[in-house]
Amino acid sequence: MPDILVVATAPDGTLSRSSLELVAGAHAISGPLGLGVTAVLLGSGPGLVDAPQALHRHGVARVLRVDHPLLTAGESDAYLRVIEQVARIERPEVVLISADTMGRDLAARLAWRLGAALVTECSELASGDGAVVARRQVYGGRAVATMAVTRRPAVFSMKPRSLDVPAPSPVAGTVEDLTVEMDPGDLPTRVRQVLREQSDVGLEDAQVVIGGGRGMGGPEGFAQLGELASTLGGAVGASRPPADSGWVPLSWQVGQTGKTIRPALYVAVGISGATQHVAGVSGSRMIVAINRDPEAPIFSVAHLGIVADFREVVPPLIAKIKELKGL
Amino acid sequence: MDVVVCLKQVVDPELPIRDFAVDPGTQRQVRDGRPLVISTYDENALEVALQLKDASGAKVKVLTLGPAAAVSEAIRLALAMGADEAIVVDDPRAPELSGAEKARTLAAAIRRIGPTDLILTGCESADWAERVVAPLLAEDLGAACVTFVSRIEAGDGAPLVRRLVEDGHHLVEVRLPAVLSVTSDESNRPRLPKVKDIMAAKRKPVQTWSPGDLTPASAGDVGAGVEVRGVVVPERTSRCEFLTGEPVEQVEALVQRLRDQKLL
Repeated sequence: MPDILVVATAPDGTLSRSSLELVAGAHAISGPLGLGVTAVLLGSGPGLVDAPQALHRHGVARVLRVDHPLLTAGESDAYLRVIEQVARIERPEVVLISADTMGRDLAARLAWRLGAALVTECSELASGDGAVVARRQVYGGRAVATMAVTRRPAVFSMKPRSLDVPAPSPVAGTVEDLTVEMDPGDLPTRVRQVLREQSDVGLEDAQVVIGGGRGMGGPEGFAQLGELASTLGGAVGASRPPADSGWVPLSWQVGQTGKTIRPALYVAVGISGATQHVAGVSGSRMIVAINRDPEAPIFSVAHLGIVADFREVVPPLIAKIKELKGL
Repeated sequence: MDVVVCLKQVVDPELPIRDFAVDPGTQRQVRDGRPLVISTYDENALEVALQLKDASGAKVKVLTLGPAAAVSEAIRLALAMGADEAIVVDDPRAPELSGAEKARTLAAAIRRIGPTDLILTGCESADWAERVVAPLLAEDLGAACVTFVSRIEAGDGAPLVRRLVEDGHHLVEVRLPAVLSVTSDESNRPRLPKVKDIMAAKRKPVQTWSPGDLTPASAGDVGAGVEVRGVVVPERTSRCEFLTGEPVEQVEALVQRLRDQKLL
C-alpha cells in the first residue's frame, strides 16, 4: 500500500517539471511520517515509455503508469476519473497534485470523491506530530497561513514553482502498467480546440523576466519590453492590469492569480507592486524596479530601483546591452 | 437559462498594507472599519451572467453567504448591475469559514433554489484564494466543472467556453448543468450601474435564509480535519538600492550591477 501518491503528469508524453516538484514535497514528509512514495504517471504518447526513469532518477522507486489517448492537455475529467480509480485501489494516506491548470480543480474534486481532507495552493510541506503541515500564501501574499492536517486521506495541491526539483538520487525502480476503461462520451467536458499564446521563451522557465504593469500605458510599451527581453534572452510577463485590459495575453500574467516565477533576474517596469503581483515574483534572485513613483510598493521588495519614466530608461538600456553583447 | 452567480464579500484587497491585520483569535483578516467589496473575480462572473441575460434572456440570481447586514451593499450593487433576484444565506460565521465549508452551504442553497443550468463563481477569492469553491460545488451538485473561464463562446445547448491555461487557452465543450469559475478578461469587465438601475434594484426580491434552512449533502466535508495553526504577516525589510542620476547614468549603474552579479 503506497502511503504518499504523487500525481505525475505527462500530457504530451514528457514528464512535467511540476511532477518532480511534487516529488520534492513527498520527500519532505515521507521520512518523518514513515511513509513510502509511489507515483502515478498519467499521459499519452511515446514519451511515456521513458518518463518513469525521470521519476526513478529522483528517488521514486514505484511508478504506476497509465497511458491513454484521453490523457492529454486539458482533459481534466479524464484525469480525474483515472486518478480516482487508482486512489480507490491504492488507498494512499496522502495525495500530492500540482496546482497547475488541471490540478487546481482535480485536487478539490478528488478530495470530495475520496472523502479526504484538502489543502490547496501550498508552497511548502513539512511534518510534525504525525500531521502534515502545509504553508500557503493568503490575502494576496500579505500573509502566510500554516495548516496542520491529521485526517487521512488528505489531498494537497502544490503551487507550481514553489519547490525546487529535487537533486537526483537514483533508485532501482519498477513500472506497473495499469489499464483503464474510459468512454469519451461519458466525459462532461471535452477540449475542442487548443489556442496557444507562447512567447519564444517560456515565462515560467525563463532565467530573465521583464514584467510590465499599468505604467506601460498601453500595448505599445510592451514592444519595447519584448526587445529588452529578447536582448537578454528572457521572456515578457505582466501584472494584472495589462492582462485585464487586453494589452497582453492573459497567460502572461504573473502573480498570485497568474504564474509564479523564480528567475535569476526580474525587471519590473511600470509595476506598482500590488501584493498580488509580488506574491508571484518574490522568489526571483534579483528584482530591479523601474517606476516613476518613488513611493511605489514595488521598491520595498526590489533590490535595485530606478525612479524614472520607462521611456527614458528602457531604450538606452537596450542599446547598452546590445553594445556589450556585440549585437 | 437559469444562472446562479455566487458572490463573496471581502475586505477591499487594495487596502494599504498598514491597515492589514490578522485577528489572532479567528486567524482571519480584521474586518472592523475596513471597506468591504465584492471579491474581485466574482464581479467578472456576474458580468458574464449578465451578458448571457442580455443575449438570450437568461434569468440571473445572485447567491451570497452573510452575515446579512454586512452583505446588503454587495447585494444592492449586484441587483443594480442587472441581476434579477438575490438570496442571502445569513451566517454570522461566514467570514471565518473555509472555502470547503462555504461550498457545502452554497451547494445546499443552490439545491433549494431549484434547477439551475449554470453556476458561476469567481476563479478565486481575493482573501484566501483556495480556488476550491467551484470544483467542490460541481461535485456536490453532480455538475460539470470548468475553472478559469475567461468567456463563454457559445451559449446554447452545450456551451463552448474559453479556459485560461498556462500557455494560452482551451476551448472546452461543457455539458449542462455546469459550474464555471470565471477569470478576468477584457470581455467581462464589470458594468457600472446607471442611476435608474440603482433605483430599480430596490424593488427586486431579496430572500434571506439561515443555514438551518438548508440540508448539506451527506458526503464528508473536505474542510474537516484541517486546522489553521497560524496566519503570519512576514516582516519585509526595505533593502532597495536606488540608482540615481540622469537616465543614462542610471542605466550605466544598472548594467554594472548586473554584470557584477553575473546576470549579464
